[in-house]
Amino acid sequence: MERAYNISVFTENSIGILNRITIIFTRRHLNIESITASESEVKGVYRYTIVVNTSLDQVKKVVAQIEKQVEVLKAFFHTDDEVVHQEIALYKLSTEAFANGGAEKIVREHHARILTIEKDFTIVEKTGQPEELTVLFNDLSSIGVLEFVRSGRVAISKPMKTLEHYLEELEN
Amino acid sequence: MEKNIRGAEAVMRSLVAEKVDTLFGYPGGAIMPIYDALYDFKDQVNHILVRHEQGAIHAAQGYARTSGKVGVCFATSGPGATNLITGLADAMIDSTPVVCVTGQVASHLLGTDAFQETDVIGISMPVTKWNIQVTKAEDIAGAMAKAFYIAGSGRPGPVLVDITKDAQFGMTDFEYKPCEKIRSYSPKPTIQMNDLNAAVDLLNSAQKPFLVIGQGIILSGAEKELVAFAEKSGIPVASTLLGLGAFPTDHPLYVGYLGMHGNYAPNILTNECDVLLAIGMRFDDRVTGDVSRYAKQAKVIHFDIDAAELNKIIKADVAVLADAKEALVHLTESITPKKHENWLEEFRALEKIENESVVNEAKHPTSDKLKMAEVVNLLSEKTDGKAIIVTDVGQHQMITSRYYQYKGYRSNVTSGGLGTMGFSLPAAIGAKLGNPEKTVVAIIGDGGFQMTIQELGTILQAKVDVKILILNNNFLGMVRQWQQLFFDRRYSFTEIVNPNFTAIAKGYSIDALKITERSELDNGLDTLLNSTGAFLLEVVVEQEENVFPMIETGASVSEIRLN
Repeated sequence: MERAYNISVFTENSIGILNRITIIFTRRHLNIESITASESEVKGVYRYTIVVNTSLDQVKKVVAQIEKQVEVLKAFFHTDDEVVHQEIALYKLSTEAFANGGAEKIVREHHARILTIEKDFTIVEKTGQPEELTVLFNDLSSIGVLEFVRSGRVAISKPMKTLEHYLEELEN
Repeated sequence: MEKNIRGAEAVMRSLVAEKVDTLFGYPGGAIMPIYDALYDFKDQVNHILVRHEQGAIHAAQGYARTSGKVGVCFATSGPGATNLITGLADAMIDSTPVVCVTGQVASHLLGTDAFQETDVIGISMPVTKWNIQVTKAEDIAGAMAKAFYIAGSGRPGPVLVDITKDAQFGMTDFEYKPCEKIRSYSPKPTIQMNDLNAAVDLLNSAQKPFLVIGQGIILSGAEKELVAFAEKSGIPVASTLLGLGAFPTDHPLYVGYLGMHGNYAPNILTNECDVLLAIGMRFDDRVTGDVSRYAKQAKVIHFDIDAAELNKIIKADVAVLADAKEALVHLTESITPKKHENWLEEFRALEKIENESVVNEAKHPTSDKLKMAEVVNLLSEKTDGKAIIVTDVGQHQMITSRYYQYKGYRSNVTSGGLGTMGFSLPAAIGAKLGNPEKTVVAIIGDGGFQMTIQELGTILQAKVDVKILILNNNFLGMVRQWQQLFFDRRYSFTEIVNPNFTAIAKGYSIDALKITERSELDNGLDTLLNSTGAFLLEVVVEQEENVFPMIETGASVSEIRLN
């Protein structure tokens, strides 16, 4: 059965490692739904969150192949209910339409934030899960959304084992 | 420590520090500083000038496979680097330790489409175990140390080090520290004793245990440990294509070669055993046939050093991450001594059927035309199974795997996973340079020979004593066989018009002989084997010979057909 899996990958900070990871998906004809990367809580260790729709059997094999890469420290996979995950979305609206169109109500209802108001445009930000970001988009569409951008997912797993713990294991 | 030397010299000093005495390569613009440094190391490092970079990497592979050392090759940027790709892919899938050093355009030209610039890091990424681009002279020693460590440890594989021209020219202090640890890389697993004990329990209670071995035995140097384990446990042993040579073929417990064109008994009895013990093999589709009907009745125990191979194709009841040698030592200690005479009899009975319907006729044909198997069989007898045999890809490869009685360690070199036609001739050059005291025979089809035929020039220049045996059927035989069996004999572009091979060999000052008759075979092989220096023997064989037994695509191993 196919479902969403959140793959977390911890790597050294080296050129090309992102490519090494993504070609593992390409080779298996798997589409990456979203991918984010940034430095983790440990300096020099990078953390990727990759979301992919696939089977349990396939995700196990993919994670094994990721972990096999020389510069990958550790890789895990979790289902949606095993992680806490968020995305961030930015919505660019015409300030004029925004001021005239009942925007305040929409922003309040969605607990969204206004980041900036310029003469020509206003930027609204919302953090949440994809459905929430989509509902806000739909609501703001009545005013007219000039631009919309959504980050990839970031996710933290619920099981408690710290990255430092894994690093210690690897060092020994 | 060397003070203030060029990056190019640092490359050479790194190689010397890694005890590299032989390497294969081809110069070009972006690697010229390294070749200039090489000029001063000619007395320490034997550089073999190949005729094409693909030849360099296959030679490095042949050298690595037969010597157990890391093979090394040099190539320039752009086309030099891209010509390595086939060999990298081959080495990747066949777990061969190779370090390739490529020149690259100067770092300020990266990404500018400069002359002979190519993104070799990007291109080689899927076919290297690790690769790195070095843009500073001071980073060369560290990169080289990591390259050798990664290529040769764990499950071996190819590594590429791309060095920009300014890094080669740049000045640096040099101190070589071999790499011994990378925190994100664990090449030597610690065996989980629970898993090992579970494996032993299964094996001790088995009535029909079956041991399937692969190249992992050879890569971990576990040949002696394997014999010790087999003899104590009494378990019949079968080998994959790349495992050939790991277990003596004349051992009473050896029951044959597995897979699509393997032996009848081990394929059929894969689906009769009660415990299947796989060590250092990866359940390639050519070995398993239809996986949904592969050893379903058996408990499967899988030992491999690559965690990603465990449960990849066949779900194991006991999967053990381990080095083969270490695993075998533990297994031998714990296993209860047994004999499995009745079980072995089942193999012998099926072997008799294969002998009567295929093998006897193949070795001693009654037909007019020479057959590939009789040539290989006679070669095997004349060399007592102790030559290093380097095959290419196709019918001759399967025939050789079936009929050469491998007895020597690291005596089988072939392109297994990738199936690279053109592999044999350059790989044989590397094998001979790694084993000057041994007879090295390159067995090649007429098709594959022409894919890297230019390496005859390397043999000429470096005076490499390779015995070349061309089995010429004027067809791309394996494809033709499939066309005959599965495409209604529509021989679409498999008939091949060949040049005069002996004349070509002679053009390279390589002595050559062509034979067409059975009566000439004995003498012909003697001439080949007793020649001083390289020799080419062309044997014209039956045009439309098929390799049997055969497991058709989609069939189960137990459905192996004899004709």
